[in-house]
Amino acid sequence: MMKNLFSVVALVASSWAMAAGSTIPLDKAPIDLTDNASLQQGAKLFQNYCLGCHQMQYQRYSRTFRDLAIPEDIGMENLMFTGEKVGDHITNTMAAKDGEKWFGATPPDLTNVARVRGPDWLYTYLRSFYADPARPFGVNNDVFPMVGMPHVLQELQGKPYKAYETRLVDGESKQVYVGIKTDGTGELSTEEYDRAVADLVNYLEYVGEPTKLESRELGTKVMVFLLIFFVLAYLLKKEYWKDVH
Amino acid sequence: MFKNLMSWIEYRLPFMEKMNLHVVQYPAPKNFNFWYFFGSLAMLVLVNQILTGIWLTMNYEPSAEGAFASVEYIMRDVDYGWLLRYMHSTGASAFFVVVYLHMLRGMMYGSYQKPRELLWIFGMLIFLVLMAEAFMGYLLPWGQMSFWGAQVIISIFGVIPGIGEDLTLWIRGDYVISGATLNRFFALHVIALPLVLVILVFLHIMALHEVGSNNPDGIDIKKDNDGSVELTEADKKFTFHQYFTRGGKKVIVDAIPFHPYYTVKDLVGVAGFLLIFAWVIFFLPEGGGYFLEPPNFEAANPLKTPDHIAPVWYFTPFYAILRAVPDQLFGAVFMFLAIVALALLPWIDRGSVRSVRYRSGLHTANLINFCVSFVALGVLGVLPAEGIYTLLAQIFSFTYFGFFILLWFYSKNEKTKPLPVRLT
Repeated sequence: MMKNLFSVVALVASSWAMAAGSTIPLDKAPIDLTDNASLQQGAKLFQNYCLGCHQMQYQRYSRTFRDLAIPEDIGMENLMFTGEKVGDHITNTMAAKDGEKWFGATPPDLTNVARVRGPDWLYTYLRSFYADPARPFGVNNDVFPMVGMPHVLQELQGKPYKAYETRLVDGESKQVYVGIKTDGTGELSTEEYDRAVADLVNYLEYVGEPTKLESRELGTKVMVFLLIFFVLAYLLKKEYWKDVH
Repeated sequence: MFKNLMSWIEYRLPFMEKMNLHVVQYPAPKNFNFWYFFGSLAMLVLVNQILTGIWLTMNYEPSAEGAFASVEYIMRDVDYGWLLRYMHSTGASAFFVVVYLHMLRGMMYGSYQKPRELLWIFGMLIFLVLMAEAFMGYLLPWGQMSFWGAQVIISIFGVIPGIGEDLTLWIRGDYVISGATLNRFFALHVIALPLVLVILVFLHIMALHEVGSNNPDGIDIKKDNDGSVELTEADKKFTFHQYFTRGGKKVIVDAIPFHPYYTVKDLVGVAGFLLIFAWVIFFLPEGGGYFLEPPNFEAANPLKTPDHIAPVWYFTPFYAILRAVPDQLFGAVFMFLAIVALALLPWIDRGSVRSVRYRSGLHTANLINFCVSFVALGVLGVLPAEGIYTLLAQIFSFTYFGFFILLWFYSKNEKTKPLPVRLT
C-alpha cells in the first residue's frame, strides 16, 4: 500500500521531469534510500568524479556520514581529500568565474539537483553522453543537448557513441538509431556502469532531502495517531449529538 | 478562594459572559453539513501558519545572500526544521484549499445575502490579504520561482497607465527584485499582513455573530416572538444568550449551542483534515510540484530565466484570466474585476431566496458553470499560454464573468421553490 503510493509520487515527479523540456523519454532511476551500500558507493563516486567542479554547499560531511552509517574515521580517510573538518560543508575551491570561463556556465551546486531535475532525469542524463567531435569536450548529450559538461565518467563507461543498424523499414533499408554503445575501453561493463550511475543518483536523491526516511517513519506514526484521534473524535461527537437527534 | 478570584476578574473583565455569548450560548443552526467545516479549518490553518512561521523566523535570514542557504540550513541542520518548513509550505496551500471551499459554501447557500453583506466583505478582504501574504511569503526562500514569480506578478502593476513604472519601483524598493525587496516582503509577511489578517478574522467572526450563521436551507432561525411560532420540545431544551433573543423579542428555533455540539463536530473535521494535511507533509511535501515547485530548489539567479514561469496553483485561476486578454492593461483590469465581482456578489445577486436548494435549476446550472470555469482556469494557468490553451482560457474567462452577469439578470424574478418554515 505504502509502496504503491510512493510509486504514484514518483510517477507525478517523473511526469514533471518530462514537462521540463527533455525530449527523450526518461528511464526510471532505481532509487532505494534504505540501501546504504548503494548510497555509500554513490558518495564515493561523487567525491571522486563530481566534487572537482560541483559543490554540495548545503550538505555537511558529518550528515552524510551519520545518515549513511559511515564511521567518521573511515569517512575522513576515504571521502575527504583536502583536509576539511567533518562538520564542513561539501565544497570545492573552484572559483565560479573560472567555471564559467572553462565550461561556459558555472557548474551548478548539486545539493538539491535531484529535487530540481528529478532522479529519472539524472539517471538518464548520465547515461546519455555520446561522442560528438563538434563539441568542445568531444561529447554531447541527448537529455541536455549542447551541455557544457565533459563526460567525466568516461573512464568508467568507455567512449560512448550513437549506434546505428541497417534495418528494413517499409521495404527500404534504412539506418536506424538503436541507442548508445561504448567502445569497451571503460573500466565497467554496461550493466556495471548503469549500476554505478544508479548509486550516484541514489546518493543525489538522498542529499536532496536527507530527512526523507525520517519523515516517512515519523509520518506513519502520526497517521496512526490521527486515525485513532479521528475515531475518538467521531465517537465523542456521536455521544454529544444524541441530545440533538 | 478560586471562586472569589473568578468573580473579581469577571467584574472587571466579563470573560465568562463573553464565552457564553460567543460560544456556550451561541445559537447555531442544527443542520450544518460537510461544507461548514471549512471556516474552523481556516482558523486552524491560520494558527498553524503563525506558529510554524514564528519558529521558521528564528533561523531564517532575510537577505539576498543568505536567504536560500538559511532555508537549506532549516531543512538540514535545525532539529525538525524540515517539519516546520513543510508544515508552513503545505499550510499555505491548505489555507487556499479551505478558503476556496469556504467561499463556495457561502455561494451555494447564499451566505453573502442580506443581512450578511458586511460579513462577506470582511471575508473578501481576508482573501485579498491572504493572497498578498502568500505572494510575499513565496519570495522568501529566494529560489528561482520565488524570484521570477515575483518578477511576473510585480510587473502586472507596471501596466497601470501613468504611475505603473513608479509603482513597481516603489513595491520593489529597487530597479530590480533585490535584497531590498526581500527585506520589505519579509517585514510585511511576518508582521504587517498577519496582524491585519488576525484583525480581519476577528471582525469576520464578530460580524458573523451579530447577524447569526446562515445554514444549508438559507432560512432564518430567529423568528419574531409574536406567538405565531410553535416551539418544539427540542427548541425548549437549550438556553441561548439573551442577546440573541433580544430580551424576548425573538424566539430561536432549530438551533443548538455552538459549544459543545459544534466544537465536538468541528473536532471530527479537524481530525479528518489533519489526516490529509499530515499525509502531504510527511509523504508528499512538494505536492506533486504544485506546493513546492521544483525550480525553487535552485537559488534565485537574476541572469537565468526558467523555461516556464507559473505562479503557485492558488493564483492560477486569476493568472489565466490575466493572460487570456490580449492587451496587458485590460488583462490586469479583468483579473482585478474577477475578484471585485466576487466581493460584489451580495448586490449582483438580487434574489431573496438564499440556498441553492430552493432556487431555480438555472441557478444550480450557473453555479456549476462557475465552479467548472474556476477550476478550468486554474488548470490553464499552470499550462503555458499557447495554442488551444489561450482560446480555452478566453472561453472560461467569459463563462466565469458570465456567471455574475447571468445571475444579475435572472435573480430579480427568479422562479424559486417554496421555502420550508423550519430547518430540514
